[in-house]
Formats: sequence, structure tokens, C-alpha cells
Amino acid sequence: MTSAPIDIKRNIREALRDEHLRSTVRKAMDHSMRKRAEAVAEVSSWEKLRDAASHVRGYTMEHLGDYLEQFERSALSNGFCVHWARDGDEAVRIIRRLLSEHGAHSVVKSKSMVTEEIHLNAALERDGLSVVETDLGEYVVQLAGQTPSHITAPALHLSREDVGALLTEKLHEEVSSDPALMTPVVRRVLREKFLGADAGISGVNFAVAETGTICIVENEGNARLSTTLPPLHIAVTGIEKVIPRMADLPLFLKLLSRSATGQKMASYVSLISSPRQKEEKDGPEEVHVVLLDNGRSALLRDSVMQQILHCIRCGACLNTCPVYRNVGGHAYGWTYSGPIGAILAPGLLGLDSAHDHPYASSVCGACAEVCPVKIDIHHVLLYQRSLIAERKAAPLAERMVFKLWGWAMSGRRRYAVATRLAQIAGRLLRRDGKLNIPVWGASRDFPTVAPRTFHQLYRTRRG
Amino acid sequence: MATLRVLQRLGVEVMYPEEQTCCGQPAFNTGYRRVAARVARQFLKAFEDAEWIVAPSGSCVSMVKVFYRELDLPSHFKETAERISPRIYELTDFLVNVMKVEDAGSVFRHSVTYHDSCHLRRELRVIEPPRKLLTNVRGLTLVEMADVHRCCGFGGTFSVKFPELSTAMGDEKIRSVIETGAEYVTAGDVSCLMQIGGLLSRRRASTRAIHIAEILASES
Repeated sequence: MTSAPIDIKRNIREALRDEHLRSTVRKAMDHSMRKRAEAVAEVSSWEKLRDAASHVRGYTMEHLGDYLEQFERSALSNGFCVHWARDGDEAVRIIRRLLSEHGAHSVVKSKSMVTEEIHLNAALERDGLSVVETDLGEYVVQLAGQTPSHITAPALHLSREDVGALLTEKLHEEVSSDPALMTPVVRRVLREKFLGADAGISGVNFAVAETGTICIVENEGNARLSTTLPPLHIAVTGIEKVIPRMADLPLFLKLLSRSATGQKMASYVSLISSPRQKEEKDGPEEVHVVLLDNGRSALLRDSVMQQILHCIRCGACLNTCPVYRNVGGHAYGWTYSGPIGAILAPGLLGLDSAHDHPYASSVCGACAEVCPVKIDIHHVLLYQRSLIAERKAAPLAERMVFKLWGWAMSGRRRYAVATRLAQIAGRLLRRDGKLNIPVWGASRDFPTVAPRTFHQLYRTRRG
Repeated sequence: MATLRVLQRLGVEVMYPEEQTCCGQPAFNTGYRRVAARVARQFLKAFEDAEWIVAPSGSCVSMVKVFYRELDLPSHFKETAERISPRIYELTDFLVNVMKVEDAGSVFRHSVTYHDSCHLRRELRVIEPPRKLLTNVRGLTLVEMADVHRCCGFGGTFSVKFPELSTAMGDEKIRSVIETGAEYVTAGDVSCLMQIGGLLSRRRASTRAIHIAEILASES
């Protein structure tokens, strides 16, 4: 899949100028990381859990086809309908068809990044449907006409004052910026939407192959209402969300909750295993599961890129990332942001569409350190850089510089000449006892080049 | 030179293979794995017979120890890389964990804050050795900075490709450095010190950057 390249460099420069955004993001990040650290410290076997989860994810991806087919069989025998979508357009077509067949006019949605990925809301609104996001953060972002800036905290880029002002404007009533006073107002508005909805659309956190169960993890109860009140429930999921057995679920729930929000367990964990049964009074009459590929299966062919599919979308890598904390999520120019977004973008959109994403990182590895399923995110970034350099997609001047450099560093005499040249350049660029290096020098001083090299000093010392 | 002085003071017989140039990390880091492999061959030739290899740089050591296995090398170079990997150490790691030295007999009468470089901390997991050594330097007061594990924003060519972002990250780092009130900031990687020192100097802060090997080599 190829789309217009994302100009992450420009986005980053713009974000860096937005002090309000940056201080809001930094504050939220500090808070999230503190909570996560406390929650992780309580679990003495945390590293063992990460190892186990990493193993299960790797094994599952190696046998993904089998597990997906098993999931489909189990889900069908549970009474679900299962749909396979090769890409976003196909998934959107399937969902539009289902809604139109059911004569749906109003849809409630619970938080789902995958529906953001396929731009579902815009398509449904073009069909004249009313689509309402019911996660508080998503609702706020939707009212603001924006997209989520974080995997688990969509409105993280807005301060509580921003949110209070937005709600006051959009709901035509005075809404406080105190979250305790804000939520009852939103609850009242959304309650009506839930009761009047013809269909509920949700994401999926885990799809259990063994039992055909869909697991949804959330904190507001809105996903449970979205998936139980309306007569039609459509669950959309990337194919990588499958896990083999129900017995694997507790491991992932533990890792996900503590990594994402620092909770022991999220407030609501829903396990949906069938539509409404004859003797039951509530629940949807029909449950449809849309399994979306959208570039994922192509990543299975490459053992390094395959790791990208191990992600369980906890957002911890965003929270710890020194790049994310400085620019926020929108700078990444796409649904997924932060370190995981930086490797997902080239992975799912293609290297041409996101050719600067792998470089927008100091490769510090803070992300891999917190990843609950141990994705070597920064090693994947380096690997993607190598794919770009090999395809000669990097700037010509840069390629020439490294070619020359590689030659100079591959022999003792060449190296001596190169260091000699550096010494001369060092003298030429010297201003007021400091080096004036282009680009670097705009904001930073550069140490001077030593008048004698280590080689020379070593020889003198040895005599 | 400082590294050489520390090692010789502690009675280590030091050889400096003059065939050596670079480990190849800058090319590898920017995606040029073939160039990096070429330079790696030069490194492996220069060091294949060494008993121990010591470098005052977490970045170079992690390149050889961790990332060489990701390079496409001819099989005999691959074997050399495998053989060398357990024998290459960053200076402070070597002193504390191989030589079992926690007091290098150094004197440095200043307050110092230590920055965890990402390569040392995350690729090599060297966190305690530099602190143990610094604590035992006579006259030195070690002051920990806030968010000490956070990247300084250098990142090699990242600092040139994204100069504003790299600077923003570095500014956050130097704020933590300055808040400690320490006279010096030190680290086990010259690249972090170039970034941190460059920013401190441009912002006219009085804190100065110094490599940990220079502190350990100091005797007055």
C-alpha cells in the first residue's frame, strides 16, 4: 500500500514551536511513567512475564494462519459472523454494507485504533450516518475535529482547560474543566446516544483462537455499553490480535493494564463469546467480526519486521519516548505515533510513504526497555534505515559521504590521511576557540579537534 | 590518553593496535550496513588476537558486542566477531567487573553528575560500575540528576537530520544537569558529552562536560 509521503520533519518543527502542546504532553508522560513504574515494581516476576509474552507472540505470528482459521471456526460455532478484509477499503465496504442491511442510522463506537487506521468514521458520515465516539478522550477528539494523538489516551495533547472550553462550545452549556464535573455532563449526553443506537462498533484487544472469544479492555464501561445495548455489534480487529488459548489471556491482561495505565487490572474486561442467546434478555442479536490485514501479513515474511505485529497497543513506548514527549503524537502524521508508530508506519504504509519515520529517533532504546512483549523497537528502526539505504532512497550526498568514509576507515594509511584532513578542517572552521559546524552549530558548540591524534601521542609516549 | 593512563596505573599491559580506525557504528546507525561491515572487518583484523579489548565508549563497545551480529560478514569474520564479543568491555565495566577494581586511585576535587548513556545503560546494562568508581574518587562528590536515564538527544546523524528536535531533547537533559548544581557532568560516551557540553557551552552554563576516563586518570 502506498500513499503520499508523510512530512514528519515539517510536523516535528511545527510541534516544537507549540509550547502549550509540549508542556501538556510532558506532564501527561511524566504522570503515566510514574504510575507504570509503580505498577511494574509490584510484580517481582515482571521480566519473566515479558519473556513469556514475547515467546507467545512470536510463536503465534509464526503460525498466524492456523490460529486465524481456528479463531474463525470457533467464532462461527459461537454464532458470530466472520469477515476477512484485505485492506482498509474492503473493511469499510463490509461495515457499510452491514450497517445498510440493518437499516442503521446511528452508530456508537468504543475506542478502536484500527477503525482510525481505515478512516471508518469519515466514510460512515459520508453515508449520512450519525457516528459517536463514546470513550471520553475519543469523544473530545471527535468534537474537536481531530484524530487521537496517543494509542491509549487519544486526547492527551489537550489540557483539561482545553477540554472544558471545547465542551462548553460544542455542547452549548457551561462545562467545567474539572474532570469530576465534566464527566457527568458527557455521561448524560452519551447515555442517550447508547440507548438510541442501531449499531455498536468496537475494536478488539485479544481474539482467542481456541474459544472464538473477543476480549475488550477499557476503563469507562463505554465499550461494554457499545457492544451490548445496540442490536448489532461489529468488532474490527487487525489479524495480529489473535492469541492461541484462553489460558494465555491473563498474562496479556496483566502486562497490558500495568504497562498502559499502571493499573493492576483495567476497570472493565469484557469477554464476548456469542450474540444474545434465546434465554438472555440483553446483548446484540448479531455479532460480526471483521479481520483486517491492511499490510500486516506482508510483515510476516521478514523476521525483523514481524516483531512489529507482536504489539499489544499498550502505549508504554510512547510514554517513555524522549521524542514523543517533545512533539506529541500528531507529528507522526498518522494513526499510530511514538516508537511503535515510527516502525508501524514504514511497515504498513510502505517505506516510500514513511521514509523519514525510522530516522526520527535518537535510537535510545527506552521504548524496548518498557515494551511488555519485548519488541526490539530501536533495532527495528535501525533495520528499516538499512532497507532505505540499500534501496538507495537516502539522499545522494549522504550516500557519498558514507561511501567515502567507509573507504577512509578501511585502511591504516587512509585513516591517517583522513584524520590529518580533519585536523586541517578543524583549524579552518575555528572561530573564537570553538568550531563552527554547519547545522549542528545553529544551537550547539562543537569541541575543537585535538592538535595531535591519539596515534601520534601514543607513539611519542611509547618512545 | 586518559584511558591509557588509568589502565597503566593499575598495572595493565596495554597494546594499541595501530591498524584500528573505527568500529563502523556511524554508518550502521544511519543504515549503511555494507559500509559498516567493511569497517568492521578492519576492526576485527586489528583486534582478533587481543586478550581483552577495552574502549572508553559505550557506543563503540555495543556496536562490536551487540550489533556486529546483525552485519552481513564473511564466515571467518563472523567467527572472530563471536569470539571477540565476550572479550570487549567498556572501561568502567572492565575495571569493576574484570579487574575487580572499584577504587582507581584517582583524585578529582569537584562535584560531578553522571549521565547514563543509552548504549551503556540499555545495550550493555552497565549502570553501577561508573558510579562505584566515581564514588571512590578522592575529593569527588557525586550528585544524581533527575531522569538520569533519559537520552541526551544526540543519536549520531539524528542530531544533523533533526537538529531542532535533537536540541530540544538536549535542552531537557541540560536542565537536569544544571539543577544538580554540579561543576562537571560526565559520561562514558564522548558523543553524549559533545551534545551536552555543546549545549551547556552555547547556553553559557558554568557546568562543564568531562569524560569519565579523564576523571579516573586525574591524580590531583
